[in-house]
Amino acid sequence: MAGCALALSVLGSAGVPALAQAQTTLRIMWYSDGNEGEVMNDLLRRFEEKNKDVKIVLDQVPFKAINETLPVQLASGQGPDLARITDMGGLAPYLMDVRPHVKDAAYWEQNYGPFLQWMRVPGNTTAIPGYMTQLTVTGPFVNKTLFEQAGVAMPGANATWEDWAKAAKAVADKVQAPFPVAFDRSGHRFFGLAVSQGAQMAEVGGELKPVDDGFKRAAKLVVDWHKSGVMSKELWGAVSGTAYRGANEEFKNAQVVFYESGSWQTAQFDKTIGDAFDWIAVPTPCGPANCSGMPGGAALVALKTSSHPAEVGRLLDYLASEEVAAEFYARTLFVPGHIGLAKKGIAYKSASPQAAAALKVFGDAVGKLDPVAYRIQGDPSSRIVFNAAISRLGQVVVGETTLDDAYQRIASDVAQQIAERKKKQ
Amino acid sequence: MTDTIRSHGAPARGPSAAAAVTTGSANALMRLTDPPMRAVQRLIGASRMPYVFLLPNLVFFGLFVFLPIGINIVFSVTGGTALFPSERPYVGAEHYARLLDCGSYLEAASCREDLFWRGVGNTLTFTVFQMVAMVLFSLVTALVLNRPIRGRGFFRAVYFFPVLLSPVVVALIWKWILQRDGLLNAVLTTAGGEKILFFVDPGWAMFWAVFVSVWAHMGFYTLILLAGLQAIPRDVYEAAEMDGTRPWRVFHRITLPLLWPNLLVVLVLVLIRSVQVFDEVFVLTGGGPGTATMMVVQYIYTTAFANQVQNFGLAGAASVLLGAVLFVLTLIQLFLTRRRAS
Repeated sequence: MAGCALALSVLGSAGVPALAQAQTTLRIMWYSDGNEGEVMNDLLRRFEEKNKDVKIVLDQVPFKAINETLPVQLASGQGPDLARITDMGGLAPYLMDVRPHVKDAAYWEQNYGPFLQWMRVPGNTTAIPGYMTQLTVTGPFVNKTLFEQAGVAMPGANATWEDWAKAAKAVADKVQAPFPVAFDRSGHRFFGLAVSQGAQMAEVGGELKPVDDGFKRAAKLVVDWHKSGVMSKELWGAVSGTAYRGANEEFKNAQVVFYESGSWQTAQFDKTIGDAFDWIAVPTPCGPANCSGMPGGAALVALKTSSHPAEVGRLLDYLASEEVAAEFYARTLFVPGHIGLAKKGIAYKSASPQAAAALKVFGDAVGKLDPVAYRIQGDPSSRIVFNAAISRLGQVVVGETTLDDAYQRIASDVAQQIAERKKKQ
Repeated sequence: MTDTIRSHGAPARGPSAAAAVTTGSANALMRLTDPPMRAVQRLIGASRMPYVFLLPNLVFFGLFVFLPIGINIVFSVTGGTALFPSERPYVGAEHYARLLDCGSYLEAASCREDLFWRGVGNTLTFTVFQMVAMVLFSLVTALVLNRPIRGRGFFRAVYFFPVLLSPVVVALIWKWILQRDGLLNAVLTTAGGEKILFFVDPGWAMFWAVFVSVWAHMGFYTLILLAGLQAIPRDVYEAAEMDGTRPWRVFHRITLPLLWPNLLVVLVLVLIRSVQVFDEVFVLTGGGPGTATMMVVQYIYTTAFANQVQNFGLAGAASVLLGAVLFVLTLIQLFLTRRRAS
């Protein structure tokens, strides 16, 4: 009896402040490439100080969980309130429109407009599902020290892919580097090359045609480079299916001469390479069609599974505000996904001269992106095509199949998956 | 039944106070459950009482084994990307037809779902090599550990230790050893050799997939065989020794036949485990190079979860086919063990 009384008194004393300060808890599913989780945590704590009625839990998960676990959660009607995602087109049906809950929708349209379209379901032109935590652009990093050691001249500003491949191979041969050219094993990175070769990924007669002449030119380049030793099979050949494989560790260990990756690597290279060797970012090499890479990025989006839309809208308004977004981009060394800030320029105070120079190159590259690249990135089927391309070209690289067979398989894989997605009860 | 209940109701006579408390609590619990059990027994009769005791386990199996199997079958005959069966359109045997549509089952490239058949082929190769290697090495190790060698207890523990490790940890350790700048290549280059890219060559990748699996699980099968060896009566060996029988003949005519029931268990367990293999190989090789070590379960996982369009229907159909194979293998195991027992 006395125990019960004690328990009730403890519960009562805890319950009084809880009632006085009722809190809404918002959960964010978040992944990090560098220090962005740390920076986001700082910003969230500041938001909580100003908004005592909201508590935010930042669940930091691996990128794989965002790509594989989150879609299943959302399909089952479960999920967090917000998430940081990259497959915006694929997850668009699950994103909440926070337009009714943000203070100034015009500000959002003005500063995030072009990227909001990536997050909308086809046909929708008004939804505000979230904002870009970073805009990424694919592009190459070069180990300048290896070029100097080999005494090979670096190709100029408008050099072609072939120019860079030849130069990188010459350097690698002289300095015994195992990876003359390395591409992340990613369909997105492959399409950076493919767009410059003229790939369109267009719809013909209502049907998506992933394999066109530009795609074939890029695929042949990749396969030929593997045959001639310009690219090592360790990246594209060593794993199967849609598995991502980056070469950032190899680049950091000075084993890669020319590394086709993207702007998001800048912060970690700045932090981990230090003054071990000189590295630079160079403009995307040119193909017969253009010198464009691929845009991309990550967005923090509101999810329909949230039962607190007003609080989610308030939080997004805070994070997407110019002042807060500017701090986030500056501290994380990300290319801004905010039009106004991109025009003004971000002061990357914590960046070394090398990182600042690389960010300048990537910032300039955003302006040179081909409209086709933007369209491909925004296509809801883009990840289907990216995955099919990487899976089948990986098989060609190790000699399991031929390029012609791979083209047919890519087309049928894409058609089958799109057909499956269209099946409804 | 009634006697059993009565015996539990007997007063506690424990040697210590703690034992007395424990026994007392048990008795109190038994007294609490006694009236309802008697009521149930009166209601359904004593002959049906065993089913009452089986019910909790049946519910557990029903919820966590049979229900998922049923849901999986429903998924395999429905399409689309919705997760709830009620939202998925019925497609009949479409997924099965797709999986089984082949020009020649011996040529994966002639199949509509070529990756499934590559997985089947790789799983078969893995199974054959793993079974032979696992049984051979487990048997040799058990024979050695059954002899009165110095440090026998230590070696038994050492061989069993990898069994305690998580498959992912095992694969990561070996990946670290085998990668380009790994331990093994460091040893090779120090000895004047050249680096070998183990994960780029299909033959090497399959070899290491089998090797690592054998290394990780051999201890468990060694233990089963060791138990079998120790159950063989010593007098049989003594009789053979008195007859002057040669060691190989002793092994061939006495040890192997008497160890056969244990060997059979090992063979079937290894076979079933090989067909189900996923985690170790997936972490070690990622299914590569190309699709050289991509197993059926990896195909199922990729189809269901790794693609943008998560094709649960096709993955479900592949799971049902794999389940059917495992069911047949289990029937063979039951048939063989019962025949042996009879």
